[in-house]
Amino acid sequence: MPQVTLTVNGTKHTVEVEARTLLVETLREQLRLTGTHVGCDTSQCGACVVHMGGDSVKSCTILSVQCDGSEITTIEGLAAADGTLHPMQEAFREYHALQCGFCTPGMVMSAIDLVNKHPDGMSEKEIREGLEGNLCRCTGYHNIVKAIAAAQDVMHGRVPELVRAAAE
Amino acid sequence: MNVVTPFEGIGASLRRKEDFRFLMGRGQYVDDINRPGQTHAVMLRSPHAHATIDRIDTVAAKAMPGVKAIFVGEDMAAEQIGGIPCGWQIHNKDGSPMAEPMHPALALGKVRHVGDPVAVVIAETKSQARDAAEAIVVDYTPLPAVSGTEAALQPGAPQVHDGAPGNLCYDWHIGDKAAQEAAFARAARVVKFETTNNRLVPNAMEPRAAIGDFDSFSGDYTLYTTSQNPHVIRLLMGAFVLHIPESKLRVVAPDVGGGFGSKIYHYAEEAIVTWAAGKVKRPIKWTCERSESFMSDAHGRDHVSTAELALDAEGKILGLKVHTLANMGAYLSTFAPCVPTYLYATLLSGVYATPVIYAEVKAVFTNTVPVDAYRGAGRPEATYLLERLMDVAAAEAGLDKVDFRRRNFILPDQFPYQTPVALQYDSGDYHSTLEACLETAGWAGFEARRAESKTRGRLRGIGISTYVEACGIAPSAVVGSLGARAGLYEVGTIRVHPTGSVTVLTGAHSHGQGHETTFAQLIADKLGVPTANVDIVHGDTAKVPFGMGTYGSRSLAVGGSAMDKAMDKIIAKGKRIAAHLMEASVEDVEFERGTFRVAGTDKTKTLTDISLAAYVPHNYPIDEIEPGLEETAFYDPKNFTYPGGCHICEVEIDPETGRTEVLNFTAVDDVGRVINPMIVEGQVQGGVAQGIGQALLEAAIYDASGQLVSGSFMDYTMPRAGDLPDVGVATHVTLCTHNPLGVKGCGEVGAIGSPPAVMNAVVDALRDYGVRHVEMPATPQKIWGIVNAHRLAAE
Ligand code: FES
Ligand code: FES
Repeated sequence: MPQVTLTVNGTKHTVEVEARTLLVETLREQLRLTGTHVGCDTSQCGACVVHMGGDSVKSCTILSVQCDGSEITTIEGLAAADGTLHPMQEAFREYHALQCGFCTPGMVMSAIDLVNKHPDGMSEKEIREGLEGNLCRCTGYHNIVKAIAAAQDVMHGRVPELVRAAAE
Repeated sequence: MNVVTPFEGIGASLRRKEDFRFLMGRGQYVDDINRPGQTHAVMLRSPHAHATIDRIDTVAAKAMPGVKAIFVGEDMAAEQIGGIPCGWQIHNKDGSPMAEPMHPALALGKVRHVGDPVAVVIAETKSQARDAAEAIVVDYTPLPAVSGTEAALQPGAPQVHDGAPGNLCYDWHIGDKAAQEAAFARAARVVKFETTNNRLVPNAMEPRAAIGDFDSFSGDYTLYTTSQNPHVIRLLMGAFVLHIPESKLRVVAPDVGGGFGSKIYHYAEEAIVTWAAGKVKRPIKWTCERSESFMSDAHGRDHVSTAELALDAEGKILGLKVHTLANMGAYLSTFAPCVPTYLYATLLSGVYATPVIYAEVKAVFTNTVPVDAYRGAGRPEATYLLERLMDVAAAEAGLDKVDFRRRNFILPDQFPYQTPVALQYDSGDYHSTLEACLETAGWAGFEARRAESKTRGRLRGIGISTYVEACGIAPSAVVGSLGARAGLYEVGTIRVHPTGSVTVLTGAHSHGQGHETTFAQLIADKLGVPTANVDIVHGDTAKVPFGMGTYGSRSLAVGGSAMDKAMDKIIAKGKRIAAHLMEASVEDVEFERGTFRVAGTDKTKTLTDISLAAYVPHNYPIDEIEPGLEETAFYDPKNFTYPGGCHICEVEIDPETGRTEVLNFTAVDDVGRVINPMIVEGQVQGGVAQGIGQALLEAAIYDASGQLVSGSFMDYTMPRAGDLPDVGVATHVTLCTHNPLGVKGCGEVGAIGSPPAVMNAVVDALRDYGVRHVEMPATPQKIWGIVNAHRLAAE
């Protein structure tokens, strides 16, 4: 069986995979990183999004053998070692951008990449369009859009800390 | 340590306690659980809508690498495994019971819908199981199939079950037919309206999953499952299917990634993996793939209805007559029969003082996936029918659609209001929610916005719906008389630990609703324990005494009320202990937010003082009171609760493409007392998104041969962020009069009120074209067809 070496959340792993093994299967079943989810079998939902070399990828749509030598970040690798949340995670909590939490890891990973790729910031409409590849059945996206809009200001250094949501 | 800031109690938008684990990838969904020695199951499913199974050859498959076992229907039948039971029995007009055909977990001799499971393969890995499933040879003889709701009753239609002649499950009615006919005879006008309520796939983002585990030493079974109600699954599966006593069967529903109804029901796969785990003596995990979900999760809606509304000369409603056909699919899912009857026809009075109503409902079997409750369950169907009918009737009678509604509202002083279709509404204030919504949505300024859109070649429309719904289905005695085979109470245990922290055991189940936060707020508000010191335990029959689970927006109204009752017991016992410690009489001890006080004195004891005394009973009235501070309450409500409100939607149609854009959506809902406004808003927004999905995007489509055409996210249009608007949410509170919290429920209002608001807006946008009605979903293709036909006619 082919062997692949992956650096996941800063830790190097060498694993044996089948040629058909998907990255999400390696992450969930071999490395037991179950934060990355599988919500579909047609590359439509984005529950499986992780970062590979800093770019978001659907881990259900890439073979593990294609990832040999790459740097992967999953939802488990976002928060600081002391538990401090990434600004996007913090914004999702502050703006109630998650309910069941199943879409959340993929949504957060996509959102971070989206913000990184738009250094000049995005309008809410642009955020909605940018979420094309991620499905959420719970929230209606309203609060996800608000959360990303608030997080981008922190990530781009335009505000020192997250602007709190209106609801007290 | 137990000091509560006032902002943690009822009314605070506390950020959710459960969010940390979900945001850090530490949720524990069923597929995240791995049992030692676990094997994997794959279901082989029927590709045919209707066929006899002539032969199943598993010899080659069994010899494949990693395969532990393959079972078919006959293997389960040989062990007297029961059919998947139905939890509600409807009676026909003539008093006879509905047709209730056997639903084998694995097909026996015949398959009745695409996706019907035929065999289960258990192997060391999922890939091996999948490979072996492909190597099973099944000889089918395809039979003619019927998939359409109306087609099922046509003479000569293919028969889904021998025991259900003409595919009729039941023929039921409610209301006074003679009174309805008399009212119609006096009417100045009768408006007739026909519509279909489109079939939907709930599509919770987490696919269903189940792990069966068997301990051959103790004989105990454990099922981990994606369920909204683990105790109900234990009851149904243990008692009716596998014949395992409750004491030997544990059901765990850990973090669950959305349900919307689809995870209420007892599914065949749960029974299959539990039973098979006992056979292979290894844990077995099964995780549904999305394309399997489409053809095995219960679908929702699927009604075909005709409604007639009788009006007097002043536009007052005299009566309503409804005839509905409801599709049950191939087998009866757990709650299916009650959805188009007691959750639908009983809602047909809506918010209007309709004096007489008569409704007939026929339920039919078809070669499709079973249909059951989906977010709203019967109430969206009733609300859609009624609120579209109100618009059609207003237009035909030449009345303003808002005035027409106002004129027929049940008035605030008419509560409690007895409808002619069994329900008694306890409270509501439909004028206030209407006026607030009109104001917020800028109803008065609409025509100017419409004119502006017109300058850009766009068609703008505005739509309204005023609705009421019924939550927290109860009381048990009543639902029992209506055919429920279970009680519908809820259970709450409050365990105050020696040093004052609290564990709550609840029979309600959270799969996105935020119970760990909202319920903790109830405890903080009443007992004065900070939410950080309150843990909510749910979803495990080994931990929680009993429970009926979460559906029908019942968790707070029924489950929260059970906790409230249990807290009353804690306080009552605490007062007796406090009286002893403070040498006062019990009658003189008062309790407020964590402090017991001898009335009129400065003598106090904290809840922690009392809990410590209760567990370390050195100075304690041991002859009169048992040690410990833990109380359980079962709460059986006196009535449903009745949330209601007003939704207004504004759309713009591009006549060149037929695309409908939702510009604004405003909801003003009365959900009773609000515990956490942030969570309530989120629930309404999510419900509205599903309602907009139903109105504009979603449809489960079967072709005439019974193939599910919209069977993946490529074909079934799930609402994406770019399809939806911001959803403005406000609340106007009237309290529920019969539960201790005054709460009504907020989980489904969004999905109930919104589809007619959207469709009324779509029809309004097309008003210059003389369009009377557009069926859901109003896809671009459909709208473009209407616009184009109009253009051609005009040329
Ligand atoms: S699991 Fe749905 S896109 Fe990857
Ligand atoms: S939070 Fe449940 S799917 Fe997005």
